[in-house]
Amino acid sequence: MSLLALENVEVHYGGIRAVKGIDLVVEQGELVCLIGANGAGKTTTLRAITGLAHAGGRIVYDGEDIAGAKPHEIARKGIALVPEGRGVFPQLTIEENLAMGAYTRSDRQAIAADVDRVFTLFPRLKERRRQTAGTMSGGEQQMLAIGRALMSRPRLLLLDEPSMGLAPLMVERIFEVIRLIASEGVTMLLVEQNARLALEASRRAYVLESGLVTLSGEASALLHDPQVRQAYLGE
Amino acid sequence: MVNGLTLGCVYAVVALGYTMVYGIVQLINFAHGEVVMIGCMVAFSVIVALAPTGLPPFVIVGAGIAAAVPACMAVGFAVERIAYRPLRNAPRLAPLITAIGVSIVLQHLALLVWSRNIIAFPQIIELKLFHFGSSETSAAISNIQIAIIATSVAMMAGLLLLVYRTRLGIAMRATSQNPQVAGLMGIDVNRVISATFVIGASLGAVAGAMVGTYYGIAHYQMGFLLGLKAFSAAVLGGIGNLAGAVLGGILMGLIEALGAGYVGDFTNVCLLDRFLPGFSAVCEASPESSLFGSNYKDVYAFIVLILVLVFRPSGLLGERVGDRA
Repeated sequence: MSLLALENVEVHYGGIRAVKGIDLVVEQGELVCLIGANGAGKTTTLRAITGLAHAGGRIVYDGEDIAGAKPHEIARKGIALVPEGRGVFPQLTIEENLAMGAYTRSDRQAIAADVDRVFTLFPRLKERRRQTAGTMSGGEQQMLAIGRALMSRPRLLLLDEPSMGLAPLMVERIFEVIRLIASEGVTMLLVEQNARLALEASRRAYVLESGLVTLSGEASALLHDPQVRQAYLGE
Repeated sequence: MVNGLTLGCVYAVVALGYTMVYGIVQLINFAHGEVVMIGCMVAFSVIVALAPTGLPPFVIVGAGIAAAVPACMAVGFAVERIAYRPLRNAPRLAPLITAIGVSIVLQHLALLVWSRNIIAFPQIIELKLFHFGSSETSAAISNIQIAIIATSVAMMAGLLLLVYRTRLGIAMRATSQNPQVAGLMGIDVNRVISATFVIGASLGAVAGAMVGTYYGIAHYQMGFLLGLKAFSAAVLGGIGNLAGAVLGGILMGLIEALGAGYVGDFTNVCLLDRFLPGFSAVCEASPESSLFGSNYKDVYAFIVLILVLVFRPSGLLGERVGDRA
């Protein structure tokens, strides 16, 4: 059984159908990416999964339909989102932001161990642990957003445009960590505009166009697909 | 000065209620003054009922407060649930107007229950004055004032502990900074907002009971002016900022008390006659009268509000400015 399966999911914003009935599957332990142009419905799809947007159709997670559930209920089932634009709490310190990620947990020792683990992944965060998040650079905030999502020990991690607005070096660093987390067996659904990086890191991929899935398959195959190469890899 | 400090503490506690709610939902809860009034009224009813029993006065007042707090918590909870929650995603103006409506509804509910008359609190606590100097005319503080200041300080400290040291507190701060992401962290945002209203209302309840005991009177419209002044205090300190509300409240109390006490002397008609023409006739007729006597005390709060809005719209301790109006 798949960890996550979207069946004919639709999302409307006012009169506009941003997502027009898509099917998508994420198996336990795999890294799947969702690529597509601006406005194709990638972020909306993630918002539907996390309960931030009202969705039609079925969103089956761990055998249970979670369409229509509240964001905090979905978070408590083990789905974490690293939102677009990072969404750190600007006036909380790094440590407090990480503590927020572990809000649903009460096992103090394990939480402390996970904070250490995040600090190992991102040593920069450790240096700035008592600084408020709003004073950090975009890349550091992205590290924090990923670290915060890991603090909930998610069974499914959703990443929305983690490379957006970051310097190339920082993008490298972020993707290194994404590959590392994937190798540890965390299931991930990655939304990314940087199609090449995303496809290279993923096992399978979906291509979204105007709210519909137009292509899907092994990421390595899509990397060599002439259509994808022309539309998303700039060749 | 002591009067101002006492008054300031009460304003500070009420202002905290405004600023907490604003911080979390960007709503100016104009009904908060009415919550304070209801706290005062409930305390009054309990105190009147218990007064003949001969229990120690502080126990009776304590019982009044103990009854006012849950009553106001219930009001705060219900108001948020019924009036504000359905408008959570509406444009900012809609809940603001609703707040004014709620305030009118609460006033008239109180009118039905407690009549439209000014009601007098039984003076069960015997007033004791403690003088700072040795003479009978030196500045003094009464036992009631001491109790009010001590209670207020304890509540403010308790609130700060709650907000900065507890799980609920960090959830409140996270929700105020980014409600959507707070939800993603597994925080039940609706519960946090309810809790904010309930905590604000319980502070208001205690403030209401204190005001009633201090002035000895209550009226169904008392919440309006008190609420507006506390709101001005919250703006003065920087709305959304807890420390700002405390500072603003205390300053507001001092300004009002000192203004009432001294501006009258400065604008005495005979004094003005020496510098400006045209006051001599009034001076001869009533040498005691002044241009801005203590009956102008309610004006000072609003002069302060206007000055703050003109010169420092974000308030003394406020940082965030911009599109939040």
